[in-house]
Amino acid sequence: MIAFILRRLLTLIPLLLGITMLVFILMSLAPGDFLTPVKAQRDVPQELIQAIEIEFGLDQPWYVQYYKWLGNVLQGNLGHSWAYKLPVADLIGQRLWTTFLLSLCAFVFSWVIAIPLGVLAAVYKDSIFDRIVAALAYTALSIPEFFLALVLVFFAAQTGWFPLGGATSLDYEFMGLWAQLLDRAHHLILPTVALGIGSIASIMRIMRANFLDTIAAEFVTTARAKGLGEASVMFKHVLRNAINPLISSFGFAFSGLLSGALMVEIVLQYPGLGQLMYQSILREDQFVVLASVMMGCFMLVLGNLLADILLARSDPRIRLEGKR
Amino acid sequence: MQLWNLLKQVFSRPLGCISATVLLSLYAAAVCANFLAPYSTNEQDLTRTYHPPTQIIWGEGGLRVQAYALVDPTEARYAPIAGQSYPLKLWSRGFEYKILGLFTSDRHLFTVADPGGRVYLLGSDSTGRDVFSRLVFGARVSLFIGLLGISITTIIGFLVGGLSGYFGGRLDFWAMRVVEFMMAMPGLYLLLALRSALAPHFASDQMFFVIVVMLALIGWAGTARVLRGMTLAIRQNQYVMAAESMGQHPLVILRKHVLPNLLSYLLVAATLSIPGYVLGEAALSFLGLGIQEPSASWGLMLSQAQDVKVFYLNFWWLLTPGAAIFITVIAYNVLGDVLRDLVDPKLKKRI
Repeated sequence: MIAFILRRLLTLIPLLLGITMLVFILMSLAPGDFLTPVKAQRDVPQELIQAIEIEFGLDQPWYVQYYKWLGNVLQGNLGHSWAYKLPVADLIGQRLWTTFLLSLCAFVFSWVIAIPLGVLAAVYKDSIFDRIVAALAYTALSIPEFFLALVLVFFAAQTGWFPLGGATSLDYEFMGLWAQLLDRAHHLILPTVALGIGSIASIMRIMRANFLDTIAAEFVTTARAKGLGEASVMFKHVLRNAINPLISSFGFAFSGLLSGALMVEIVLQYPGLGQLMYQSILREDQFVVLASVMMGCFMLVLGNLLADILLARSDPRIRLEGKR
Repeated sequence: MQLWNLLKQVFSRPLGCISATVLLSLYAAAVCANFLAPYSTNEQDLTRTYHPPTQIIWGEGGLRVQAYALVDPTEARYAPIAGQSYPLKLWSRGFEYKILGLFTSDRHLFTVADPGGRVYLLGSDSTGRDVFSRLVFGARVSLFIGLLGISITTIIGFLVGGLSGYFGGRLDFWAMRVVEFMMAMPGLYLLLALRSALAPHFASDQMFFVIVVMLALIGWAGTARVLRGMTLAIRQNQYVMAAESMGQHPLVILRKHVLPNLLSYLLVAATLSIPGYVLGEAALSFLGLGIQEPSASWGLMLSQAQDVKVFYLNFWWLLTPGAAIFITVIAYNVLGDVLRDLVDPKLKKRI
């Protein structure tokens, strides 16, 4: 198991190298750099600009810049954000936590609703309930996330029940602990719903299909034949087997949520990693872009790894090492 | 011939019939945008910003458009003027346009001839442009980006997947590493980076093609991977070996023996992945990184709805492009499901 994890983490290295190099090339292709707006201001002295250019290696071709940046990263220095005037590591750390919180909420929200719905839809197959749920799931899967977010903002503005954006209120710093928690939760509701609805639909559909597959299995017939009660058959035998394949999607769902949060964060002005990435691309804040792309990649690989490990844990028939 | 049969079967199913009809009419509307739209994409009227949808009434022997007066300019509130309306003329003259780039015409389905009146089926936006007209013109961009993008993706996916599945060996190894690399990258992030690098090198009217190419460049990896697996399986068949021993060129084998076997998968996969392109364009334009003004696209129109004024004053008609995206996506999804059931019910697990 440990060897497997190590091998997977090792594949991260070429991936991260490749993607950062790609981003570096792409950003150097774009005309101008993060100094362009500064140069446009008249009151900034030429000497200062030149000093910064040399410090960041901006006067050199992209591969020299890349080499320098790589050297810094290996020493744990992710660089400095020009727009925010903060070390990139601090900035990312802050944002990562907010995005993580949102992803976690959306994740719990979708699973808690989707699993019972999927089970019920499978148990009452072809009933009115099943059909309504199927139609709703279809609809939910076809609504673009950012449009859903937009509609939710519209709803919030019309009713005044929810804040229009942000992760905390203006007077957050002056609240007590409980009020702070409540405030955060209040701000989290809309993004969670916007992000979670799509995954509710997909998880529910997978759950229903798995459940139906398992009901048809022979061991279920055996369990019924030996006189077990229907509830015991459904929950002890069917549910446990049906939920198994979903556990692996746990990891995938996680990695997907982190990168999927980008649009929702932008529409709902939730200060997370996606929003940071978007803004720094617009401002050509190179080091922030690089670091957040790296973070996104890392999360994706980590999520997939988590999926494989969970699958191996939940299903002893799967051996990770013997795969090749 | 086979395709014709499939089409007949699609239309014989209620869901297939509905979704195909919806899609066909959407595309027809996009093609005939010039005729359907009463105004051009950028015909502003700064005296009528955020105008609500105009009422169409029947009177004096024809359809008429209710006249409105601006009651409260700060809140953009309009009130109908009792008893005042303008005649709505069908098949009438409006702005000039070209059919197929050859003939000039100025006929429109409906216009208001009276210079004082305007017809806003779906209201107007922040500069008084007709949302309905922009919706119809935007459909051109938003709908055709999917078709074009999926064609490029399918071609690249087939070439890479087919060749690496067929030849195997080192080519296969490296092609699959590239595919894995593409699949491991967060798509939207890459899209943003690509766009910021490419955009300054192109004029705004070329943006459409830049976006198509970008979306296709990101999307081909998944298709290539599945096609490689399928090609590997097809390769084992005796008829492929027979063709090989007869000395046929690999490319001919790919085209004549492998491609027909993949066709049904390709058709279903394409139908189910077009929504991805529609959504991709919408997302990019929504972020202000896709189609630029003065062109219209559904995503771009939605981005203008992202305004506190719109939220508070309930200008709901500015959200109609979102409804249009939703209808397109759901129609494609339903059609894809119907096609999949018809072509091969076993595919359900794979797609």
